[in-house]
Amino acid sequence: MNAKRADKIATAIIDVVAGIIVLILASLLGYILFRGVPQISWHFLTSPAKAFEKGGGIAYQLFNSFYLLFLSMLISVPIALGAGIYLSEYARKNWITEVVRTSIEILSSLPSVVVGLFGFLIFVLQWHLGFSILSGALALTVFNLPLLTRNVEDALHQVAFTQREAGLALGLSRWETVTRVVIPEALPGIISGMVLGAGRVFGEAAALIYTAGQSAPALDFTNWNPMSISSPLSPFRPAETLAVHIWKINSEGIQPDAAAVSAGASAVLIIVVLLFNFGARYLGKLLHKKMTAA
Amino acid sequence: MAEPKQFIRELPATAELALSTEDLRVFYGSKEAVHGVTLPFERYKITALIGPSGSGKSTFLRSLNRMNDTIDGSSVTGKIMYRGLDINAKGIDVYEMRRHIGMVFQRPNPFAKSIYDNITFALRRFGEKDKTVLDEAVETSLKQAALWDEVKDKLHKSAQALSGGQQQRLCIARAIAMHPDVLLMDEPASALDPISTAAVEDTMLQLKDKYTIIIVTHNMQQAARISDYTAFFYSGDCVEFDETRRIFTRPKMQATDDYVAGHFG
Repeated sequence: MNAKRADKIATAIIDVVAGIIVLILASLLGYILFRGVPQISWHFLTSPAKAFEKGGGIAYQLFNSFYLLFLSMLISVPIALGAGIYLSEYARKNWITEVVRTSIEILSSLPSVVVGLFGFLIFVLQWHLGFSILSGALALTVFNLPLLTRNVEDALHQVAFTQREAGLALGLSRWETVTRVVIPEALPGIISGMVLGAGRVFGEAAALIYTAGQSAPALDFTNWNPMSISSPLSPFRPAETLAVHIWKINSEGIQPDAAAVSAGASAVLIIVVLLFNFGARYLGKLLHKKMTAA
Repeated sequence: MAEPKQFIRELPATAELALSTEDLRVFYGSKEAVHGVTLPFERYKITALIGPSGSGKSTFLRSLNRMNDTIDGSSVTGKIMYRGLDINAKGIDVYEMRRHIGMVFQRPNPFAKSIYDNITFALRRFGEKDKTVLDEAVETSLKQAALWDEVKDKLHKSAQALSGGQQQRLCIARAIAMHPDVLLMDEPASALDPISTAAVEDTMLQLKDKYTIIIVTHNMQQAARISDYTAFFYSGDCVEFDETRRIFTRPKMQATDDYVAGHFG
């Protein structure tokens, strides 16, 4: 067999494999959207879930998902930024740094159900936070932090070393070089990584079942006192998220229209994650343009 | 009688020094990359550092504004005298010092910002806010770097869209906008085509009136064309330092003679 023929065969095989992957993903996505989109209505998005009757919505779950996401990003983004900047710009090459880096890698491959049980033992029981948004946000931070840190470090690494030299040679301090030269150039990558991380957190269920709980108590949207338990902003109330809701309906739902609610909720979840993904790309490009005057 | 290991010409007592080194040694870990170099750099002159790859000339140059500090495990001993001050000493404000001793690198490294911002960025960081002053700094430095005519209509476009030669001249403009005393250049033309190289060389000759330039180059014609003094480095030593015309016509050391004649390197 000559090289040209071998090359053709190899190319064909790779094409077929790629085609199969695309087909599987497209059919999954298509199936979820096809089944779920017809269920989505304004009523569905804005009314609370019902436990025994048909006609329930996902209003609280949707709100809980976004609020939980917001809180967990509020905790994890600053830590990830600090850790990523340290690892990329300040850490010396020695065994301590290597241990930190390896730990982050191991942590990032932890199954989310393990993170959930860890959160249950530490945040829910040990710290007496109970099933609450705060416990959930902390568990999601444990889940998300390694990936975000990695993302920040990678994005900073993408910036050429010569850029740092340029800053230093002009008499800028190391800190100024990092904050004024390196981070602006890495910002598009950092932001898109964060938004993608947000999408991952948004769809997470296993880590939340044992931490944020599986109940969505009625919320009073006129009560904005975060200390009151019926306030949507209270971080101490249990909060079932969209992903957990889908899991619960499918495992123990007794509503007559459980299948329809599940399909609709799944479609909403997928659409939000898709929006995050496209948003990340768009935002990344926009920022790059703005930052670099390209 | 043992042959001397090096020849370093003494500058006349009237010569004003911009910078000088005394027994400068650079270590990477335990490996000594530059062995005790003592050199004077006369003010408003161009001094070229030549020598084969790995001879330590770039390492020496990078230690003059302490850029080697940024490399893990490197250390520099000896003195670097600048205005009567040993800038290699502890307690020196390295960042302040680098504003007086600017640097242009081998590969053009403009910031991912507009042409205008590339030049004004550091100035603004150091407190210059007046827009007319900044505008003037941009125009003057770009003119000095022989780039103004090519970019004056696109000052707010991305610097990274410029050609390699233009980028390098922008980096020179960026460095001289800080009004440094000394300009260190690490093979500034090695990544450029002949036309851009000629433009950069012209720029250097014009800058000589106001700046002291120390340049590392692999290109011996370039050293011969533009420099007043030349130092020949070999295996981490400065083997010979003299006026450029002497180095290229009547070098004192055999190794220098072999190198400038193209026998090795």
